[in-house]
Amino acid sequence: MPSRTGSHSPAGFGKSLPERGLLLLMVLVFLEGSVLPLGAASSPDTSHQTNLGDHQGTHTGPNSTKKPFPVLAVEYDRVQIPFEISLWVLLASLMKLGFHLIPRLSSIVPESCLLIVVGLLVGGLIKLAGEEVPPVLDSRLFFLCLLPPIILDAGYFLPIRPFMENLGTILMFAVVGTLWNAFFIGGVLYGVAQIQPANPSDLHQLELLPCLLFGSIISAVDPVAVLAVFEEIHINELLHILVFGESLLNDAVTVVLYHLFEEYAGVGTVTLLDGVLGVISFFVVALGGVLVGAIYGILAAFTSRFTSHTRVIEPLFVFVYSYMAYLSAEIFHLSGIMALIACGAVMRPYVEANISHKSHTTIKYFLKMWSSVSETLIFIFLGVATVDGPHAWNWTFVTVTVILCLVARVIGVVGLTYVINKFRIVKLTTKDQFIIAYGGLRGAIAFSLGFLLNQDHFPMRKMFLTAIITVIFFTVFVQGMTIKPLVELLAVKKKQEAKRSINEEIHTQFLDHLLTGIEDICGHYGHHHWKDKLNRFNKKYVKKCLIAGERSKEPQLIAFYHKMEMKQAIELVESGGGVKLPSAMPSTVSMQNIQPKKPPPAKPVERVLPQLPKGREEEIRKILRSNLQRTRQRLRSYNRHTLVADPYEDGFSDLLIKKQRMVELEKKMSNYLTVPAAPPDSPTMCRARLASDPQAYSMKPVSDSVPTIQVDLASPQSPDSVNLLDEFRHAGQQQPEVEDQGLMMKPPSGPSGPNKPREADEARDQQKLMRCLSDPGPSADEDEDEPEKIKKKKSH
Amino acid sequence: MGAKQTRSAQKYQDLTDKTGFSPEQIKNLHKRFQQLSDNEETISRENLEKIPALANNPIRKQIIDAFFDKRNQHQNEVGAFQEIGFEQFLMVMSHFRPPTLKTTEEEREAMRKEKLRFLFNMHDTDNDGTITLEEYRKVVEELLSKSGAIGLEAAKAIADAAMLEVASTNVPHMAPDDFYEGITFEHFEQILKGLEMESRMHIRFLDVDTMTMRCGKSKS
Repeated sequence: MPSRTGSHSPAGFGKSLPERGLLLLMVLVFLEGSVLPLGAASSPDTSHQTNLGDHQGTHTGPNSTKKPFPVLAVEYDRVQIPFEISLWVLLASLMKLGFHLIPRLSSIVPESCLLIVVGLLVGGLIKLAGEEVPPVLDSRLFFLCLLPPIILDAGYFLPIRPFMENLGTILMFAVVGTLWNAFFIGGVLYGVAQIQPANPSDLHQLELLPCLLFGSIISAVDPVAVLAVFEEIHINELLHILVFGESLLNDAVTVVLYHLFEEYAGVGTVTLLDGVLGVISFFVVALGGVLVGAIYGILAAFTSRFTSHTRVIEPLFVFVYSYMAYLSAEIFHLSGIMALIACGAVMRPYVEANISHKSHTTIKYFLKMWSSVSETLIFIFLGVATVDGPHAWNWTFVTVTVILCLVARVIGVVGLTYVINKFRIVKLTTKDQFIIAYGGLRGAIAFSLGFLLNQDHFPMRKMFLTAIITVIFFTVFVQGMTIKPLVELLAVKKKQEAKRSINEEIHTQFLDHLLTGIEDICGHYGHHHWKDKLNRFNKKYVKKCLIAGERSKEPQLIAFYHKMEMKQAIELVESGGGVKLPSAMPSTVSMQNIQPKKPPPAKPVERVLPQLPKGREEEIRKILRSNLQRTRQRLRSYNRHTLVADPYEDGFSDLLIKKQRMVELEKKMSNYLTVPAAPPDSPTMCRARLASDPQAYSMKPVSDSVPTIQVDLASPQSPDSVNLLDEFRHAGQQQPEVEDQGLMMKPPSGPSGPNKPREADEARDQQKLMRCLSDPGPSADEDEDEPEKIKKKKSH
Repeated sequence: MGAKQTRSAQKYQDLTDKTGFSPEQIKNLHKRFQQLSDNEETISRENLEKIPALANNPIRKQIIDAFFDKRNQHQNEVGAFQEIGFEQFLMVMSHFRPPTLKTTEEEREAMRKEKLRFLFNMHDTDNDGTITLEEYRKVVEELLSKSGAIGLEAAKAIADAAMLEVASTNVPHMAPDDFYEGITFEHFEQILKGLEMESRMHIRFLDVDTMTMRCGKSKS
């Protein structure tokens, strides 16, 4: 083995990066291919040997000949399974790395195709080595381990608003469309199988029910494949949610049809009663799945209410509850996918209001990581399973299947859209219909379902599997590769990349209320009326139960605003506040420009924002520096129970840089959204400060005697805060305006006045502060609400 | 009876041309109008305030004012009505019609402008052509008015932040002494470009009489 790798190692100098990348890829593939059969080969031997060894060990007593103590022994058997699993995961991850080293390739071919090819290669290598290909796409492994992370990721980050607005359309496509596909494909295949002329082929053995079963397996649009392909083409939100929503919701139909036909394929007939029972079963499966998911979601939300003292395990609750929802639904043959989606979607708003910022980041990253690895593994395994077989190629069957899939999909989409457009306000155009039809990709779920079939009941199983794989390959390769150029060609509307602005949020809310009001005036209970009712119910009862503390009363607009401020504050600190302005504010407009002009005050030089005299500035700097030093001395030791967030932990040089930034931050603060000096009342201020207090994770309020960086929140006894307060009070008294100036400081009512009434605020602010310790990670990301995956390269 | 019917049919035809509703929709809205006005010819603010469902709406006052705003009648008048007739009622309602498959690009643009103008008029209460900081603050305050004390404090901060955003996107380079007067209609259009108003700001107008409880789906 060393010789192989040696001969293929990339010789660095003359070659450019893409070639190097390609060579690296080849190396990895060969390595993987060679180690696995080795593992497989050695295990029976070593297990045999160790068994014998054990026997001898136990039986021999003083009679055994003394062997020299084995300094180095090989015992692969013990670690075989975890080792191989890790090896596969490692291969998957390295493949992902590798593809991004070759940018040209990844822009032409979607990742899913490349991964299948890699799987084919690895499978081929294993076969060449003469070993048996491990049955990697085992249905249990697939449904219990590989699929849930992807679905949970999709469900947790599902954009609720567009999903609900288009729910009717999505359901039509998912239920009626899948039914149509299944029966059409199954029926026509049966017809084709029967009409074979003179030469009797295997096809004549094909009964109607197995055909229908095959049709139901192959007709469902696959969420994994859709996600993988649609992620890269960035089409507009409507189309994305339509195709993706359909792929998620058709699971219920697939489950029912599959079980129905499988159950009765042995018997040979399906009566009307069975049909009726099937319909009832569909409702039970779908609604039951959603109900199970919702219950677990509410449980998770309720649990998260009490996690304020154990922040570290918060993400675990989210994952475990969701997985339990999936498994519980699977126990009763309900739709696990719908349970998972319901669980994620229900728990998200409440959990996010309760958990800390870091936990939120953790959840996001873990979900993306797991779903990314899962997806990669699924495609690789598809490739390996293809090589494995067993295959029974039948030209007629396979080609007819492929053609029928396409035809059925097109007819289904066109027909359904015709009906749906009668009920939609924003109609679906022909372009939209084409993309929806073309985006109906099949994937690994179909293969796994086929794999599950019992060979005895279904003698044509191998043929089915071959056909399924062919269809999957066709859709993923042909449709997956061509959809991007087609989207460009047809000039389909792309996704808007703009960040959500506060104005848009205000007006979205405003529109909601406006349209509800107009509907009430018109007198009919429409879409907006019921949504409004649900929101009010939510606010009044549900939020109080499931959200801890003050957050339960926070209106959505304010929550959005706080989130935005947080992001800006983090961005500000990240960019050092010095050289470069954060990209969100590339202008010189500041608060001064929009505040209405006041009549010229008594002192002519005075500006609206008090300019700190030089000496004062220096004093402030000294105070801040000393605070920072004291902070450093108060470092807690790291233990697993209190994840102490101390950005100053590593290196004194970092400390110096950050001190500099902080000072500049102070100066720059006056120009930005997150406020000037220190109006004691604005909650904005508190969160914008560098919340680096290591005590922050405990709930106890900042102790009086210790001056902290949060100058404005410090108690009146602290000399630092009083001084600063004096400054502004002094300046403030020059301008005894009655009018409120919003973000401007108010003339404080007395020395400790501003602080006392703020006790309640402080407690709340403390809470907010503690939840919001910054983590440098998320600043590079887009808005969390978008289901965009981080793993995908940000090449727009 | 016959004459009355042809007269009303004629009137409906005029209204159809002016507002773009179909005759069935106009008939339904007329029924509703008569319900609201207690079978009078005009409705006043009190009639609208009596609607029970509106009581929970935080921007109730603005909505009712919009009906009585002369600017929404597209006749270049300003000021407010005390009472409005059915035609004015319909004109206001026509701002909420959705686009159809047959709407061309120019028509969509015009529709979007019209809807944005309606929103702008709702915010610009003193009709000086700009939304000043005070007016915008009022808007956000009203939005958060049902949320108690928390809402009022944050409203100012949010309104200021929003204003700052408008100013920095539209007039990026202002000297420290320049003053941004207020949001003009062009700036308003600019910041709400991403929302695609013509697809969002609409409600379903029923073609069929709700009284008979038939399937009331819009065929527009």
